[in-house]
Amino acid sequence: MKNRTHELIDTEPARLDLENVVVAFNGHAILDNLSFEVPHGAQVAVVGPNGAGKTTLFKALVGLLPLRRGHIRIHGLPLGQHKDCVAYIPQREEVDWRFPVTVEEVVMMGRFNDFGWLGRPGPEDHEAVLRSMTQLGITKLAKRSIGELSGGQQQRVFLARAIAQEPHILLMDEPFTGVDVSTQEATLDLLDELRSRGVTVMVSTHDLNMAAERFERILLLKRRLIAYGTREQVFTREHIAAAFGKQALILDNIVVVDDCCPGDEHEHGRTEEIP
Amino acid sequence: MTWLVEPLQYAFMQRGMIAAVLVGLICAVVGTYVVLRSMAFLGDALAHAILPGVAIAYLLGGNLLVGALIAAVLVALGIGFFTRGGTVREDTAIGILFSAALALGVALISSIRSYAVDLSHIIFGNVLGVGPTDLWLIAGLTVLVLATVVLLFRPLFVVSFDPVMAKTLRLPVELLRNLLLVLLALTIVGSIQTVGIGLVAAMLVTPGATAYLLTRRLAPMMVISAALGVAASVIGLYLSYYLNIVSGSAIVLVATAFFLLAFFFAPQKGWVWQRLHVQRR
Repeated sequence: MKNRTHELIDTEPARLDLENVVVAFNGHAILDNLSFEVPHGAQVAVVGPNGAGKTTLFKALVGLLPLRRGHIRIHGLPLGQHKDCVAYIPQREEVDWRFPVTVEEVVMMGRFNDFGWLGRPGPEDHEAVLRSMTQLGITKLAKRSIGELSGGQQQRVFLARAIAQEPHILLMDEPFTGVDVSTQEATLDLLDELRSRGVTVMVSTHDLNMAAERFERILLLKRRLIAYGTREQVFTREHIAAAFGKQALILDNIVVVDDCCPGDEHEHGRTEEIP
Repeated sequence: MTWLVEPLQYAFMQRGMIAAVLVGLICAVVGTYVVLRSMAFLGDALAHAILPGVAIAYLLGGNLLVGALIAAVLVALGIGFFTRGGTVREDTAIGILFSAALALGVALISSIRSYAVDLSHIIFGNVLGVGPTDLWLIAGLTVLVLATVVLLFRPLFVVSFDPVMAKTLRLPVELLRNLLLVLLALTIVGSIQTVGIGLVAAMLVTPGATAYLLTRRLAPMMVISAALGVAASVIGLYLSYYLNIVSGSAIVLVATAFFLLAFFFAPQKGWVWQRLHVQRR
């Protein structure tokens, strides 16, 4: 059995390193010349307007989309050759909730690489699954099929699966959207615990307020990198205007973001304070 | 009980029965993925796309199943090739290749005059025409398809449910996707003689769709689907013998009857159950 503790793989810190990354779809650049670094154990909130390329960025990071140009390195090694475990929590819209699979089976997927594709799950795999489900409070739902669950419960299932993977890097796409307050809290608690374990986390969110309050690093994205750093560095008038344009109205240090674009199911006119 | 044994005294009927059971089995197992991944259109398209392969094999005097096999695998991989990178949508690629292959097949067949009888067998199936060589071929395909589905159960499961997760687990996602297409192609080729290309889509989709109504987990869904596929084949073949109707139609109609029963009377997902549940609330 592999060593399951979260010591660094090498002496070097685990991190994400993007260099001039371009991702294009049908000839249009969705991510344009993106360069940034995430140090080992950092937690980064990725914010930006709809269509800014947040999901695209995550998909590129797991190697699901080809890069037109540039390099992504994880722990210093190119994508596909790195040894870190990257877990990804997809947006709820991207999951086929009608698939015949139970909560327990979904969480067990996080262990597939540990007991091998032909092997059977051992006691330690069952333990890890149980531990993850307990941590997210979904043990009672173990035998239920995922389609029967509420949005918050579904989110917890995918969080539990990511925990069972014991990842070095965790990518979460809009985990705060369309879930109840208690699931949001559970997610934030989990982030605190992952911080203490040195897991590198990137979270995309619409909630600028949440990003400012709970994340030490913020990455403002609109096809290209608008700003990256602390909230003081990122949430300035110029950056907000560059990212949100006319969607954002700045009144006395308060940003009002109107994202009532087609296909957007979120509330209108949220107010965010510029720190 | 003589009515059960009577048809089986003929060798061609025995071969037909074995072929129907094997085909019912693999169609239903592979069909589980067809249902879950919404590949019904693809299955139908592949079935029609084998026509040129059959025609060329006929013209060259080769085995028709081998010709069909080559055509189906080529078209399946062609669809995978055109949709890579997302420049062409999958249903578009399917539509183009399916029509092109069908057109080529019809063009080739129109040049053969004496082909009418064999053609109708390919379209509607002729389970009684299964020869010993065909049976070996079908048996080989069955073993190959079942072994792949069982051995690669977990990778195929993850790739179908969550391709992004599969990628983060470093599974060869593209390879598995193409493998599934090849499995589908092999299954369809094995089915031409029992249900024909016109009806193979039903054998792929109907048992899987029925099983989906009866369970909430993938492995049991496959087992139930397989049992339904085999049952439909056996019952259908007896109906075909005694009512003197085309075997492929009989098998498909039995499978459809199973589906309708499940659709109305399945616990939880069935129409009646849901109606009662709504009224109680």
